[in-house]
Amino acid sequence: MSNDKSKQGGDRFPLTRWSVIGAARSSNPAERDRAMDTLCAAYWKPVYKYVRLRWNRPTEDAQDMTQGFFVQVIERRLLDKFDPAKSRLRTYLRLCVDSFVMNEEKAAKRQKRGGNVLHVALDFAGAEEELGGGAMDPAAIPSPESLEDFFEKEWVRGLFELAVEDLRKYCEANERERTFRLFEEYDLSGDETISYQKLAAEYGIPVTDVTNALAWARREFRRGALERLGDVCGSEEEFQREARSVFGWGAR
Amino acid sequence: MKSLSDKVIERLRAGAEEPDLTGTRYRLLERVARGGMGVVYAAEDEKLERRVALKVLDVPGTDGDLANRLMREARVLARLEHPGIVPVHDVGTLADGRVFYTMKFVEGQRLDKFIEGVESVQDRLRLFLRICEAVAFAHARGVLHRDLKPANIMVGPFGEVLVMDWGLAKILRGEQPGVPLAADPEATILERAKQPGEASDSTKSSVITGHGTVMGTPGYMSPEQARGEVEVLDARSDIFSLGALLRFMLTQKTPGFTPRLDRSLEAIGRKATAERPASRYPAVQELGQDVSRYLDGLSVEAHPESIFEKLTRFYRRYRFFILLILAYLVMRVILLLVLKR
Repeated sequence: MSNDKSKQGGDRFPLTRWSVIGAARSSNPAERDRAMDTLCAAYWKPVYKYVRLRWNRPTEDAQDMTQGFFVQVIERRLLDKFDPAKSRLRTYLRLCVDSFVMNEEKAAKRQKRGGNVLHVALDFAGAEEELGGGAMDPAAIPSPESLEDFFEKEWVRGLFELAVEDLRKYCEANERERTFRLFEEYDLSGDETISYQKLAAEYGIPVTDVTNALAWARREFRRGALERLGDVCGSEEEFQREARSVFGWGAR
Repeated sequence: MKSLSDKVIERLRAGAEEPDLTGTRYRLLERVARGGMGVVYAAEDEKLERRVALKVLDVPGTDGDLANRLMREARVLARLEHPGIVPVHDVGTLADGRVFYTMKFVEGQRLDKFIEGVESVQDRLRLFLRICEAVAFAHARGVLHRDLKPANIMVGPFGEVLVMDWGLAKILRGEQPGVPLAADPEATILERAKQPGEASDSTKSSVITGHGTVMGTPGYMSPEQARGEVEVLDARSDIFSLGALLRFMLTQKTPGFTPRLDRSLEAIGRKATAERPASRYPAVQELGQDVSRYLDGLSVEAHPESIFEKLTRFYRRYRFFILLILAYLVMRVILLLVLKR
């Protein structure tokens, strides 16, 4: 999958690891756009859910604010002020969201003035469904102390979803649909009763094939998630730290 | 796509952690433990048909640096051939880029669990001496452990003691036993990224920062190590950890064991864990010798005795003979009195 990704290069600027922060600060508008797309793809959902829950904003407002926030990140070059040595990108962005929401009216005006648009499709309906179909469960509203945890959890969810989607696309492009289906049924369905034997019987293949397919899919999923993570980290050190946090290494 | 539930995320995490041993001679058996940098699994060496412990790094290095550092850790272990140090068998890279090494599979208990069944101070001290022997050997080979703590000591089924987890080890200059060894700042074997929540766990976790700075475990790491003074670390830093370990072994309350630290043992612990390295034992051998002297009922270097303490110790050591002589003298007196009548 990583090879595939690098092969995509050509007319696209090479978004190498740890480059998103640097690219977002670039004077080249095309580079900045690509960097922002990467950042937006990884963060829009946690930002949207955070605005909905933390700031208790109605759906439409939260959608506008999410889009407005990323536009403001571009226009006001907020990433220029980010210092990986001082904080995590996630924490920095969350604090920027807080500040943005508090100044929403001003921000909305800027959004109208500016000509920037987001190139990433934001599936707000899907995000809303994840929040409980619009009916907010008071128990789901995070306490002020757990906001950081909530934002992190949603960010990990978003990152894993992107990595799964990458894997699906890669499998489709490389005639490995069956491998992805096995992965989907065993690792993504949440079905506790599924077993390698059941899958082998269902697909009419030996259990060792199921084992190998799943080992491959997990390895590629892991590689994809780490690549996505690397894209939004500012340094090797931050990447190592974030990888441990995202995968729960050291916590279990 | 459908959103991933918390349960699915946990499953993906577990699946992503599992090493893919395709192309190696090993077959995965089970997860055994988690270390600072990665996970230790039990695996089967299919060529030699034996069980080994396989340690896999969490994150693939992006520039080979991490891999090199793990290789160096393995090489440190390889140079430490001692019955008290777990031997390394093999080093390699998995298909996903993660580096691993295999070592002897140690079946046994961690020290903190094992001592629950050791009821006498003497037996605990003898166990401690065996740890000292392994650490002294490493120092003699120019290697500093830097993370000595109960969780890193294993006791095998036959009472063999093994010092584990040399992931934070440091190569030292000079190899003469008894001479304080100076740390080589360029020879750091491995630094790890700080783990989430590690700093808050004062007994179990290791605290790490960036390159060449702090690593170790609060409560067990020396003050100079905690300050990140890598270049001044020497054997006395491990001696501090051994002193903390000694205290742990003698004060850990377990069924059948009442913690007891008399003045001599207290002094040994105090000297080993002195704030200033210059006030500590200069070498592990000297710490071990003091503990041995205590076990033999002799005075210890760490504690200058008063006359009363000397007499008390003399009495304890030769109690049998003293009582025998006293009994003889009493008998003689009684005999004399009887004969005078």
